[in-house]
Amino acid sequence: MSAVTAATRPAPTDATAMTWLADTWQMIWRNLLHIRRTPELLLDVTLSPIMFVLLFNFVFGGAISVRGQGGSSGEYINFLMAGIFVQTIAFAGIYTGVLLANDLKSGMIDRFRSLPMAQSSVLTGRTLTDVLRATLAIAIMWIVGMLVGFRPSGGVVGSAAAIGVMLLFGFALSWVGVAMGALVRTPEALQGIIFAAVFPLTFVSSAFVPTQSMPGWLAWFADRQPMTLVTNTVRSFTLQGDPGPTAIPAILWSLGVLAVCFPLGLWLYGRRTTQ
Amino acid sequence: MTRPGSGSPTDPIMIQARGLEKHFGETHALRGIDLEVPEGRILAVLGPNGAGKTTAVRILTTLTHADAGEANVAGFDVRHHPAEVRARIGVTGQFAALDELLTGRENLEMIGRLYHLPAADARRRAGELLARFDMEEAANRTVKTYSGGMRRRLDLAGSLVAEPPILFLDEPTTGLDPRGRLGMWQLISELVADGTTLLLTTQYLEEADRLADEIAVMDHGKVIARGTANELKARIGGERLVITVARPEQLQTATGVLSRIAGDPQLDEPARQVSVAVAGGDGILTRAVRDLDAAGVAVDDAGVHRPTLDDVFLVLTGQHPDAEIQAEADAVAREREQVRA
Repeated sequence: MSAVTAATRPAPTDATAMTWLADTWQMIWRNLLHIRRTPELLLDVTLSPIMFVLLFNFVFGGAISVRGQGGSSGEYINFLMAGIFVQTIAFAGIYTGVLLANDLKSGMIDRFRSLPMAQSSVLTGRTLTDVLRATLAIAIMWIVGMLVGFRPSGGVVGSAAAIGVMLLFGFALSWVGVAMGALVRTPEALQGIIFAAVFPLTFVSSAFVPTQSMPGWLAWFADRQPMTLVTNTVRSFTLQGDPGPTAIPAILWSLGVLAVCFPLGLWLYGRRTTQ
Repeated sequence: MTRPGSGSPTDPIMIQARGLEKHFGETHALRGIDLEVPEGRILAVLGPNGAGKTTAVRILTTLTHADAGEANVAGFDVRHHPAEVRARIGVTGQFAALDELLTGRENLEMIGRLYHLPAADARRRAGELLARFDMEEAANRTVKTYSGGMRRRLDLAGSLVAEPPILFLDEPTTGLDPRGRLGMWQLISELVADGTTLLLTTQYLEEADRLADEIAVMDHGKVIARGTANELKARIGGERLVITVARPEQLQTATGVLSRIAGDPQLDEPARQVSVAVAGGDGILTRAVRDLDAAGVAVDDAGVHRPTLDDVFLVLTGQHPDAEIQAEADAVAREREQVRA
């Protein structure tokens, strides 16, 4: 008996750029079907941000001085919106890891691994779906914000630029989520980590209060961390229509996180699924 | 099982493993196994839980890497050309690899699209498989609502979407009720009738006997025996004539009668049985019963027993597989309960 040296039938296709796109689209489609079957998967990007906009605006709005950073009207809501946007995007981005960790628990990943598909499309499909989730969150917050007084005087171009900066940041963080999701044993563990890491970062930033009101050492940190850089850029774009001094560092942060976490996420996922 | 065209010595080897080793920490899951399946043949890998069957399948299907040894499937090295291998195999694992939130039809269509079939072909193929597996009624319900047997069938359908020439089935009937098992056997028999090369693992001796051309018996990460079901049975001796007497006090008389028919009868007093190896030959059962009757022995039961694969396993490993399997199955069931809770 001799071992076969050639294929008995042609392989359907090799993994090319086109099949990678097609496979990624299949993964996005699958994620969208999941959302359709379990709409509660969208609560974190619909109900939660609405509550945050309303609670912060009406509970803290009267007590927090925005020191001239409230746009044309000087209202807290104008200051707040950039912070709420970025906080929601950050949570939704890292939450990608919980969704991935859930997937890793199911047998479906084994099926994907035995198919001649681009294996990375499981991850790109996941993170791109989360860009769509983030877009939905921004749209909802935008409308609710405008109903309670948000006036983005930066114009259409400024608003579009702000949304671009936010989505890039969210996309980068969803790759942080992928890396963490591939590392943790259970989705529940990751949820705890996210809560412990992301909450302090959003509060020690310019998201909800001007950093000038913080003690000097804390303000020093808050002014330099990415959450503040992205928030200030979004605020500047939405209210003034210009990028402000933080736009370039904000974008570099996002690109830097992507440059590290994209390959790291792919590698960790590959390692996890071949065990 | 014999099929037309099977068994020619020139058939190419579609699945080949040499010296596969794998350990998880201190545990040696595989201690150097060799497997070979020629095109169009069926190999059953038989063994209790923990024998390494699933690990072997996972290596051959590119899901995990071996620590040593090499494996080729359809002529491609599984480690270095996984995409080529994946394009030619179908895999059904022990736990259904399905998307719970998608319907049966959506699952099959998605798998088809991931094999890069055009959308229309993926749709058509999903429809064909649902019809063939008698699942059209459930096709548009989410898998979440399916019974265990339906999940298995859909999972098997999923591995057939691209009509792969090589199929791996890891314990395809474990956890199914007897009817589900019979249905699965029927499906598998039909599948392989058209020349698919199949490697299946099983804990069930009857399953291996019934489906496979050849059997590899695994235990503790090694292949401890291989051959056809008949060859394995021959290793522990031929047929035995077994007589159960009605009254225990007549056992000695019966032994005397049987010793005149064939040599060296063996006694099992609690079971009221005498057995003796017989070289075959027609009419031996009739003659035994007639002679026993003539000697005044009342016979409860008489028959010629061919050894089962159960006996083979007992001889090869020194332990009965089912006891161990039952204990393991109980442990797994308990574990799953805990996961749910």
